[in-house]
Order: sequence, then C-alpha cells, then structure tokens
Amino acid sequence: MTSIMVSRVKQKRIAQLISRGKRLDGRELTDYRDVQVETGLIERAEGSARVRLGKTEVLVGVKFEMGEPFPDTPNEGVLTVNAELVPLASPTFEPGPPDENSIELARVVDRGIRESKAIATEELVIEPGKKVFVVFVDVYVLNYDGNLIDASCLAALAALLNTKMFNYEVKEGEVKIKPGYKPLPIRNYPVAVTFAKFNDKLVVDPWLEEEQVMDARLTMTLEKDGKICAIQKGGYGYFTPDQVFEASKIAKQKAEEQRKLVVKE
Amino acid sequence: MSQKKPEKLIDENDVRLDGRKLNEIRPTKIEVGILANADGSAYIEQGKNKILAAVYGPREVHPKHLALPDRAVLRCRYHMAPFSVEERKSPAPSRRELELSKVIRECLEPSIFTEYFPRTSIDLFIEVLQADGGTRCAGITVASVALADAGIPMRDLVSACAAGKVEGRLVVDLTDVEDKGGEADMPLAYMPNANAITLLQMDGMLTSEEFEQAVNLAVEGSKQVGQIQKEALRAKYVVSKEAEAEKEEAEEGEQ
Repeated sequence: MTSIMVSRVKQKRIAQLISRGKRLDGRELTDYRDVQVETGLIERAEGSARVRLGKTEVLVGVKFEMGEPFPDTPNEGVLTVNAELVPLASPTFEPGPPDENSIELARVVDRGIRESKAIATEELVIEPGKKVFVVFVDVYVLNYDGNLIDASCLAALAALLNTKMFNYEVKEGEVKIKPGYKPLPIRNYPVAVTFAKFNDKLVVDPWLEEEQVMDARLTMTLEKDGKICAIQKGGYGYFTPDQVFEASKIAKQKAEEQRKLVVKE
Repeated sequence: MSQKKPEKLIDENDVRLDGRKLNEIRPTKIEVGILANADGSAYIEQGKNKILAAVYGPREVHPKHLALPDRAVLRCRYHMAPFSVEERKSPAPSRRELELSKVIRECLEPSIFTEYFPRTSIDLFIEVLQADGGTRCAGITVASVALADAGIPMRDLVSACAAGKVEGRLVVDLTDVEDKGGEADMPLAYMPNANAITLLQMDGMLTSEEFEQAVNLAVEGSKQVGQIQKEALRAKYVVSKEAEAEKEEAEEGEQ
C-alpha cells in the first residue's frame, strides 16, 4: 500500500496539536469519530452490517457453508475471516491477491472473535468429526479513512449478531433444510480499540492523516467482561511499558462505549 | 509421531513440563556468522526451536521502484521449513507467515539507522528449521543478532520473549504444548536502552492486572535474552582473541 501524501505543514500541525492534547478535527485525544451501524443490508447473506466510522466505511457479510471440522477440534464449527481492501475504497488499494495489510486486518478481526469465543462453535456441529458449519466472515472495506481495524471488528460483531441460521434436520447423514430461522449463537462481544502513538501521547481512533504521521499503532480487543482477548502492535515505532498499561485502561472504557452501539441488551 | 496432551502443564511445585520455573526462559544458544554467503547471519536454539537468520545488504533494491530516497527499505521474510512442524507444512507462505513477516519487520526497523543507507535494501531472511512455540520471538532475537553481525548500525539490539497464562499461572517463554493448552500467549519484543516495546501481540484472555504482570515478565525475559545475544556477539571476537593468545604462546614456546 503506497501511502497517502500529507503535506509537511499538515503533518507538523497534526503532531503539534496532539502534543498539546488537541486534534486537527476537533476531537479529544480519546474520542472516537461518529459511528453509524446498519445491519441486514444484504439479503443474500446470512448476516451483514455496515459500519461508518467517520468517513471510513466497512461492510461485513456472513455466509455459511458445510464443511469438515479441523482434526484437533472435531466438535466445533469453523470460523474463517477474510478481508478485502477493495480498490474502490482508496487510491492506494490495488486489485490482486490479499497483501500483508489485508491479511493482518483479517487476522486481528479473527483473533478477537476466536479468542473471546464469541461464536458458540460447538453448536455448529452437524455430525461430530465429519460435518460442521463453516462461518465465513468477509470484511469488505468500502472507504478508507483510517482505523480499519476498529471499524471492521465492530462491523463483524454487528454482522454476527445479525446472522440467522436456517433450521435443519439430519436424516441418514443428509442435511435437510426446514422452514424458519434462528439466530447464530453468540456468547461474547469482542470490541477493538486502536491507539496511535505520537511521542508521549496516545490518540484513540486515528484517521487516515493521523495514521500517516503516527509513530506506531496498538490495538487491544476487549471482551464483554473487560478482559483483553487480543492485542496487535503495528507501525515502525515503539511503545514504552507505561504507555501500554495506559492504553489498556483507556481501551477498557472505550470498548464498553463502542459495544453499546452494536449490542442492545 | 504424535504428542499426547499431558494432563498437567505445571506441577504442584510450580515446575513446568520441561523442568523450568515459571519465570525461567528455555536454555538458549546463539551462534554468530555461520553462513558464508550472507553479509550477516546467526543461528539460535531455544529449547527445541532451531532457527537460522541471514541478512543481505545494504544492497541495491530490486525491483528498483521500491527504493526510498531518504532511507533503506527493510524487507523481511519469516518462513517455516516444511519439516519444522508435526504435520508437514506447505512451503508456500501462509497467511500466518505473511503477518509475522510484517510484524517482525516493523519491530526491527526502529532499531536500525535506515537513514544511513538511502536507496538500498536490507533483506532479512528467517528460516524456522524446527518449531516448538515462540518462533517469532526467537526469530526476532536471532535476526537482530544477524543484523549486528552484518555490521548494520543499530540503536539497540531487539530481544524478544513471550509471556502467557498457563493453567491460571503467568509464565514466560511458552513451548508449543503450553501455548496450545494454555489460556493466553503474548509475544513481546523489547529494546532495553530505549525502554521500548517494538512488538506486542496477544491472543487468549487476560485481565488488565494479568496483562501488566505479563508485560513485566516478558520484558524481564527479553532482558535475559538480550544478555545471551550480547555474549554471542562478543564470543565471535573474544574467541579470536583467545586463539591469538594461544598462537602467541605457541610462538613463545618455539623460541
């Protein structure tokens, strides 16, 4: 991914403002951009959601397939997360096989869902060791304006909560679809919070131009009880241990706020 | 050959399966400068992990359009040999390997003065010959030594060590069985002089308190790894000094 050009003047301005605890777009350091969540826009998909995080826009679709379980988990369904940085989303995205950025994005989203055991995969077994449901979560980036990870995690969670499973029965090893639907069994609600580091300051939800200036990036995914279930550091800079601890405290509070946008209890 | 999952990974005396204490890293041996063709190279054995790293460069960038006008590009390939794991791994790079190549590159780049070598590339190859958990950490550790061996100016050595949670206890430097049977694994890379964490990943479940303890454990583990790295680099030259002394002695004996 070639980078977006940000003029030196603007780069300096962004960094200067942050050093004084302010941001170019007027947000506080720990503020998210405006978030909009819509679900069920793709009827063909078993579940779908679109999240707009400022101008960043991500669409997630969930599809089912029948397949074989992994040999080491014969009694669990399979989760597969894929991410596409679609060329229409940014002048820097190019068509072709997934590059390391889209692989990293998919794997961070995957880690949050998997490690928090968000999907009750043991309920997706048709025939133990032989036939299970494979849940495909496809992240489709539609407009790139920074912080794809948080937008994608939130959209993936919203899409999973929106997902309906068809009823079925097994007769002589054959799966027969019956009328009616039930929701996909979801047990946990992982939410990612991403920080950008500028010298001694941490900034939540960096937008594209901040991402171009930041030293490094840190994502923490928190599950519903506030435990950390995934972490990923990115970018060429570094964090001190104290910054990492500070991030975990802010993340806990921010994850709860974000979760409320998707999970209505 | 199949490994059975043992019933207990930590016994009642806080001793782990391989006889280690909770905060003890695996026996680690690093050798420097072992590949003749590479500009810098190193080999690490950490427990059952066996990993080679080689550095080529700074050299001309191919393809040329990747060259940067103000600094060197660092390129990194983390790769596992097909025979390095229980079930043969396809030699084609997997998604995991591509992600690890990215995070390893990002964790080593802060240590290198890339601005000294504009329009060049520094190519780093990490080959895992045998894997037993914690290969990204051992890979980073050995790669940093290989970069130093290549004479590339660096701010600091990068040392890596994982911490995690196994059967409710926080431990360092998890083996493969501990990783798979445990609750969390958190690889971390650290530059001691800048007190800088350059790689941090985690999967599993940790409370914030456990997370803080785990970071501190992993930093301590990395510092121990750092000592071994320094000794290995020193050994390359100290040995030649000793050899020289022996030679001198031999010459004196002749006279």
